[in-house]
This record gives sequence, C-alpha cells and structure tokens, in this order.
Amino acid sequence: MSAQPIQVREFHPRVQAALNNPQIRSNFRRAMDGLMTKRTAAFAGWDLETLRELGAAVRLRALSRLPELLEQLEANLVQQGVQVHWAETGEQACEIIRDICQARGAKSVIKGKSMVTEEMELNHYLEAAGIEALESDLGEYIVQLAEETPSHIIMPAIHKNTDEISELMHEKTGTRRSHDVDYLTASARQQLREKFMRADVGISGVNFAVAETGTLCLVENEGNGRLTTTAPPCHIAVTGIEKVVEKLEDVTPLLALLTRSATGQHITTYFNMISSPRKAAEKDGPEAVHLVLVDSGRSNIYQDQELLDTLRCIRCGACMNHCPVYTRVGGHAYGTTYPGPIGKILMPHLLGLEDTRDLPSASTLCGACGEVCPVKIPIPKLLQRLRKEAVDGDSLQPSRVAGHGIKRRWLESLVWSGWTRMHASPGLYRFAGRMMGRLRGLMPSKLGAWTRYRSAPKPAAKTLHQLMQERSVKSQAVKQESKG
Amino acid sequence: MNQARQNILKRLRDGRQQGFAVPTSDFAVVRERNWTAAEKLDLFQQKIESVHGEVHRVAAERWIQELIRLLAEKKLGNLLVSDIKAHGLELREQWHESLPPLLAYDRKIESWKEQLFTQVDAAVTGCRGAIAETGSLILWPDEDEPRLMSLVPPVHFVLLQADQIYSTFIEAMAEQGWATQGMPTNALLISGPSKTADIEQTLAYGVHGPKELVVLVLE
Repeated sequence: MSAQPIQVREFHPRVQAALNNPQIRSNFRRAMDGLMTKRTAAFAGWDLETLRELGAAVRLRALSRLPELLEQLEANLVQQGVQVHWAETGEQACEIIRDICQARGAKSVIKGKSMVTEEMELNHYLEAAGIEALESDLGEYIVQLAEETPSHIIMPAIHKNTDEISELMHEKTGTRRSHDVDYLTASARQQLREKFMRADVGISGVNFAVAETGTLCLVENEGNGRLTTTAPPCHIAVTGIEKVVEKLEDVTPLLALLTRSATGQHITTYFNMISSPRKAAEKDGPEAVHLVLVDSGRSNIYQDQELLDTLRCIRCGACMNHCPVYTRVGGHAYGTTYPGPIGKILMPHLLGLEDTRDLPSASTLCGACGEVCPVKIPIPKLLQRLRKEAVDGDSLQPSRVAGHGIKRRWLESLVWSGWTRMHASPGLYRFAGRMMGRLRGLMPSKLGAWTRYRSAPKPAAKTLHQLMQERSVKSQAVKQESKG
Repeated sequence: MNQARQNILKRLRDGRQQGFAVPTSDFAVVRERNWTAAEKLDLFQQKIESVHGEVHRVAAERWIQELIRLLAEKKLGNLLVSDIKAHGLELREQWHESLPPLLAYDRKIESWKEQLFTQVDAAVTGCRGAIAETGSLILWPDEDEPRLMSLVPPVHFVLLQADQIYSTFIEAMAEQGWATQGMPTNALLISGPSKTADIEQTLAYGVHGPKELVVLVLE
C-alpha cells in the first residue's frame, strides 16, 4: 500500500490532464460550489470582518511569542505526563515516531487525520519499518485503499464519486457494489472497528495546542479522532510548531472560524481536548501520550516579516474551495501535500522553489483566497512575493526561500534590464516606441504559451506620444481658427 | 533530540522580527449574547436537531420513564450506566428485571474492550452543561463515566439540566473556570451523532461514533 511518489515539478502536464478529465472537473465543481454556499450561510448573522480580525490577532499574538509559548506548552504537558519531542525535519519526526512504536513492540498503528504526517510521508516510513499504518478518517481510508494521496486537506477523497468509491471498496475489501452511502459507510465502520480494537498505537494531528493549559485540541466529525486518541494504549500527536495558541479562550474564535470556513458547519460533531495520559483511577484512555513538534521549514519562514503570515494558517481549506484554479484542476494536479492557494505559498518553503517554481504562478491573483481566509493571510501578496523570489537575482540576497532565483533566464533578464533603461530615458523611450511602430510588421504571430490561447499583440503604427502631439497641433489650429 | 529543540528555539529567537506588531484581541464578537434561559434552550435544541441530534424535554422526575420508553422504541438490548454517579444510582434503584439489562463500566478497558466494542447497545451519561450557540454538550469524562462510554456504543443518551445551558463556548469555559482550575485528561464538546460526508458529500451518520445522540433535557 504505497502511493506513487509524485514529481512535483511536472505541474503543467498534470494540469492539462486534469482539465481534460470531465469526471475530475464535475466532482470538484459540484463540491466547491456547495462548500462556498454553505460557508456563506454559516456566517449569516455574524460580523465576519470583526471575527476574522480577532482570528488574525489571536494567531499573530501566538506567533509573536512562538518560542516562549512552545516552551510553556512543553512544560505544562510534561508536568501533566505527556512526553514532548522536537523534530527539525519530517524525517526526524518519522524516526521519533518509529522509535516510540518499536520501543512498545507496536505492529499496528491507527491514524486520525493529520496533514503534517502526510507532509512527512509517515505511512511509507512506518511500513518500511514493518509497522502497519492504517488511516481511519473515512476519506483518508478511501484514499489509502486507492493508493493515492488526499486531493483536499479537509475532504481527502473529494475527487472520487460514489461509483468510484463503491468499485474501490468492492475490489479491495469485498463489499458489494452499491450506491447506498449508508451501506458503504457502515461497511467501513465495521472494517475499522476491528482495527481500533487491536491497534497498538494511535497517531493524530492537532488543530490547536494551548500553551496556557497544556491542551491538545482536535476538531472532527466522525469520532475516529476520538477513537484514535482513546482506544489504543499509546497516543502520538503530531503537529507543526506553528499550531500553538497562548490562552485557552483563544481557541473560541478560531474554532468558530475553522468549522464555518471549512465546511459551513457551526461546529463539528466533536471538539476533543486532551491534556494528559490516563490517570491512575481512570479506566480508559492511553497510558502514554506523546507530542511530536515538527519544524520542517517553519522556523525558516518565521524569520521573514512578510512570509511569516503563512504560519497563521489554521488549515480550513476555504482558500481552495474559493479558488478558480483549484476548482478546475483539483488537488492532485498540484502534486504537493497542501494544494490550492495555501499550498502555493507554503510548499515552496517546505520543498524549495526549484521543485515548486510553477506553483506561485498558477494563480489569476483574483484575490478570492485572501478575502475568505479566516485569519486574513494576504495570500495574493505572498504569491507575488514568491513569484519575485523565483526570478530575482542578487538584489534580495540573502533570501529565506530555497531555490531563490530558479526561474531567472538571462534573455528575460536582458529584456527587462533593457526595458528599465528605456523607461529611464525619455529620448530612448521615444526612439524605441517609434521603431516598434515602424517594425510592427516583423512581430512574430507565435509567442510560445502566450499565443496558445490569445492572439499576439501588435504594436500600433503610431505611439501615444505621436498621436497626442498631432492632436494638440490640430486643436491649437482649431483654437486659432475660432479666435480668428 | 535535545539538539533539535535547541536549534528550533534558537532559530525562532534569533530570527524573530523586531517590533512584531500585534493587534489587540477583542473577544466581544464571540462573547456578547443576550439570550434568556428559554431562548438558550430553544436555540440549543434547534442547533443540535439541525445536525441530527434528538432532544426530549422532560420533567426532572420523569426522565427514567422517558428513557425506558426510548429504549423500547429504539429496540435497544442493554444499557451502559454508571454505578456510582447519582443519576446511575437513581436509575438502578428504579429498574426492574423485565427491562433491558444494565451494564457498568466498572473495570479497566483492557479487560472488556471486545465486549464494549461489540455487545453494548447504548450508554447514558451526564454532562457539565451545554452551549446554546452551537448546540453542543460539554462532557468531562472521568473514572465513573470513562471516555469510551460516550463514543463506542451506537446510541448515546445524555442527561442535561435545563438551567445549565451557556450562551457561548467562551462563557462556559470562563464560568466553569477551565483555564484557572486546570484541564481534565479529556474534555469534549459533542454536537450531534458521529457523521461523515466523505463519500461525495453525502451525509451519513454513525461512521465511527454513535449513530444516535439523544438528549434528555431535565426541566
């Protein structure tokens, strides 16, 4: 059960394939339209702007004290009996988790939904170490059966319709072919209950980690998150270092924003807050709870005043749901763990611009993502910054973004430096303008990607300067006449 | 991995922007509600019913009869109930042999995991109140009503005192002093039965947790 590694860089061929796949297009279109409507309805009666401002303020306050809050979180959790681990890279985090499993002699792991473990490809790592890692969120379970990766951070199997899922479950688990979603869901419940009962370790993500009380918060609808964190004798929570908030009350606006922005729900079925392992008198819950804090490029983003806004993200997926590009190409086309607008500003930091060079440009800069972001991340501005990073020479050095300048081409640089010089000198500008007009017949009709869907631009016969000059000569002549 | 810890914290401290501008957090938008007790109860019911939760308002002294009626209506074969808490004792005292057998969560999960997962039809628990705005029940599982009790059985009955409904989450956590008195092992908000929309956005209930969540509001 291992998904094919995706070549992130092969972005354009994947986009073409997705655009030509009517199934993908209709699945996403229907789902995203529905989610947009639900989100709008869920915020009816709210002063959304004020709520978003509060959400942004809470996240910014947490980021402003990030190292101190991480230490406070650790101290509180350790005091409450939770073991805290730190990982600089995804690989280190995988090692830590494997070691915990092996020390317990664990053979099977059940997983709640966690994007950070997708990011570090934990399942493959554990499988290679001989540990079965089974996803228990229904969408993730389907994606795992199909040996694929999630196509949406909230709804991992949104690219599949009921037909495809029925066929998949029939083939892999022996259920009968059926369009009855209740039957398919009940079958998955049956299959996974068995696993929950026997799993040695449960691994989950974290939505918010509260420093003040040492509390890990999980937001979910299915109950698989609660089972993952309660039924096995050991629970390992994994989170990016940016998910910490300062105070317990800080989770209230974030929760209100998260569920409404993500799926248009006023709240999810379960809001699960975990602060310690099982205490002596308690009859269930894991005896051991671990928290793995993963950096994996985040502390690097943190050091840039503009880019650090990326770290406010609460992973609601609203930016994808509202993105005209995402809606048409779907999540897999991006080839990255986080697709859509947030992926475009986050993945270049996690993977470097060398592999993700096309992502910041895969946007119309329409601004919808920034307008719906519950914590007001200026996504379009960050996209522009990354576009600039991708082509900049030395002017921004040293840059915080790996792969900086990867798209710089000498011919293009030459053209732009000529352009700059021309605009700085009025004489040169006028001369160049006139030459363009005279030589307009030489303009090639094919200009690469530009003319694939557009006609080539043709310079006007006369420049604006020339036209204005002629006009003012004429109008002066008219004035002269009327005076006379 | 202490090295990793040091490196991460050092990078964060060294690279932190000077004069990090932080706007003030004004919580008024999630706090200010002026609902009467009756409005809160109505809103709670409306919200939890909108996500498939079931609500029955009963006179405080009649909840056991109502529960018996619901057990029969739902054809439930047994009921898991505390043998320590006041409502559990009250229920056990009024029970008789013709009714579905009562089970107790009186040992560690390890000694009866399989039975809990496969043979328990329903559980009844108390709660620490509810939240009107989102139609949520507040549960702090403890040794008498452990965590899996409200999760594994297919039907979960909850007893809610009508006068314990808060307007908002932030009000509930402030009034009950969550941040000041320290958090329990596990605190929960439960808002409806377990559900999923992962198959083509079609809602299905009871995917992992209870298929039915039944609230008895004691007035």
